[in-house]
Amino acid sequence: MLATEKVQPTRKLPWRTATVREIIEETPRVRSLSLDIPDWPGHRPGQHVDIRLTSDDGYQAQRSYSIASAPEAAELLVTVERIEEGEVSPYLSSEVIVGDKFELRGPIGGHFVWSAFMTEPLFLVAGGSGVAPLMAMLRHRAAAGNKNPALLVYSSRSFDDIIYRKELAALAARSDGLKVVHTLTRQQPAGWTGEKKRIDPEMLSRVGFSPKEQPRIFICGPTQLVESAARALIELGHDAGLIKTERFGPTGA
Amino acid sequence: MSEPPVSRGFRGKQRSSDHAARTPPGQHLVNDFPVLSAGPTPRIDLVKWRFALTDGHNKFAEWDWEQFNALPQTKIKTDIHCVTTWSKLDTEWRGVTFDDLLAAAGLDEAPTPFALMHCYGGYTTNVPVEDMLEGKAMVATRFAGEELDPEHGGPARLVVPHLYFWKSAKWIQRIEFTETDTPGFWEELGYHIYGDPWREQRYAGD
Amino acid sequence: MSEKPLPLDGNSAAGLLSELFAVEITGASITCDGCHHAAPIGAARLYGGRMGAVFRCAHCENVVVRLVRTPEGYWLEMKGARSLFVQARGD
Repeated sequence: MLATEKVQPTRKLPWRTATVREIIEETPRVRSLSLDIPDWPGHRPGQHVDIRLTSDDGYQAQRSYSIASAPEAAELLVTVERIEEGEVSPYLSSEVIVGDKFELRGPIGGHFVWSAFMTEPLFLVAGGSGVAPLMAMLRHRAAAGNKNPALLVYSSRSFDDIIYRKELAALAARSDGLKVVHTLTRQQPAGWTGEKKRIDPEMLSRVGFSPKEQPRIFICGPTQLVESAARALIELGHDAGLIKTERFGPTGA
Repeated sequence: MSEPPVSRGFRGKQRSSDHAARTPPGQHLVNDFPVLSAGPTPRIDLVKWRFALTDGHNKFAEWDWEQFNALPQTKIKTDIHCVTTWSKLDTEWRGVTFDDLLAAAGLDEAPTPFALMHCYGGYTTNVPVEDMLEGKAMVATRFAGEELDPEHGGPARLVVPHLYFWKSAKWIQRIEFTETDTPGFWEELGYHIYGDPWREQRYAGD
Repeated sequence: MSEKPLPLDGNSAAGLLSELFAVEITGASITCDGCHHAAPIGAARLYGGRMGAVFRCAHCENVVVRLVRTPEGYWLEMKGARSLFVQARGD
């Protein structure tokens, strides 16, 4: 009989202990955790990490989070939305304080990634906290000095719900080819002249790149937004092979 | 291997001590009704919906939607237990018991000791016939007094509540009687062939 | 009330896949045995929730890969995949 060899899990991707160094209140519903992770091997913009929590009686729960920081940054940022359901997000978004530790592994994923070496236009579409991995791309783009055309179309419920609002404004003010288009779907401040409908084919064709420019397209957000935006872009003539999606959804029961 | 660090203040899901006698080991109670699917929710036209009892060679009976709803209807109130560790108490189902299906098909007894459920969308799962007799299982079309939601298995799903809930196949199309216990979609990929929550039979070998 | 059983993208399961494969596999191209559509694993539809990863072809919804992690090990099934192409590293 053949001897069976046990699979050696996670040799390449060990669980590391992350320490919370800083907590940034991004919006009333969203915060970012700045993490110190010994021997972090670096990441590519768009990748995610798995975070695993352990209770004092040994119970564990795990969930994936996109990395929001650029590879060039000293500390790793993850952005967490307060949601009622689940176990990990409520803890990370409400309980955690500076100095707390938990396990983390990564970086993970090689599909939904972008590099500043890419010279095609960068076309980003975000809904809500789905902006996080796209922010990693924009931060990387700025840090690397990439000046190729880039566009973020970002749907938020209201002005106060825009995550990274000031930093996005600062990035767009650098005149390095980045344009940011906000749409506020539920509530708009007085005097708002920007978009206020859900992202749709008309908006994408009016503000977006033409398919002829062959932009690299990344869409991240709630499933419904991702699917409708991807479908619209394909209908507008964009190559489905250049569209990468990341649905933020329940991990399932 | 070193112990993982304890996450200060992390409790995880409440492992409630209320109803402890009704909560199998390793389970926690939920009030909502989580959805778990191995694929997209099939859109089934009730005009085309059929449900059948078969074996490898024979079709013992087949019902369309109208015929199925004319069969004797039974209501049950029961607890359900998902292998992903949630349990839900006092769920109310209405449908046709397996006993009544056999009777309506003119079968005095099931032709084989085992059965494999086949579903719209391709899902399969196996249940011993004995575990469906004497009111232990039904094909349900209503939940909590309402039509069964497609995401919870509507138009019709198996409900065999004393086993882990993956056995309660959603979108059921056909019960195939088999001579041997034939692993279904999850059972052939490491899940337990029988799946008793009280013995915590989650995975093969448990 | 209940959450919708919406699919995620295959890249959501990259952590689980990395426990099994020696290379980053979500970028690998998988060809569906049902419709012959080829696409990165990361672009597949992901179902199965906490029971396991069920990757379905984004083109025809055929199951191309299933992966379940149990306390004992990993169960992998790929009969719905015609081929898997992993690009050689350019070093």
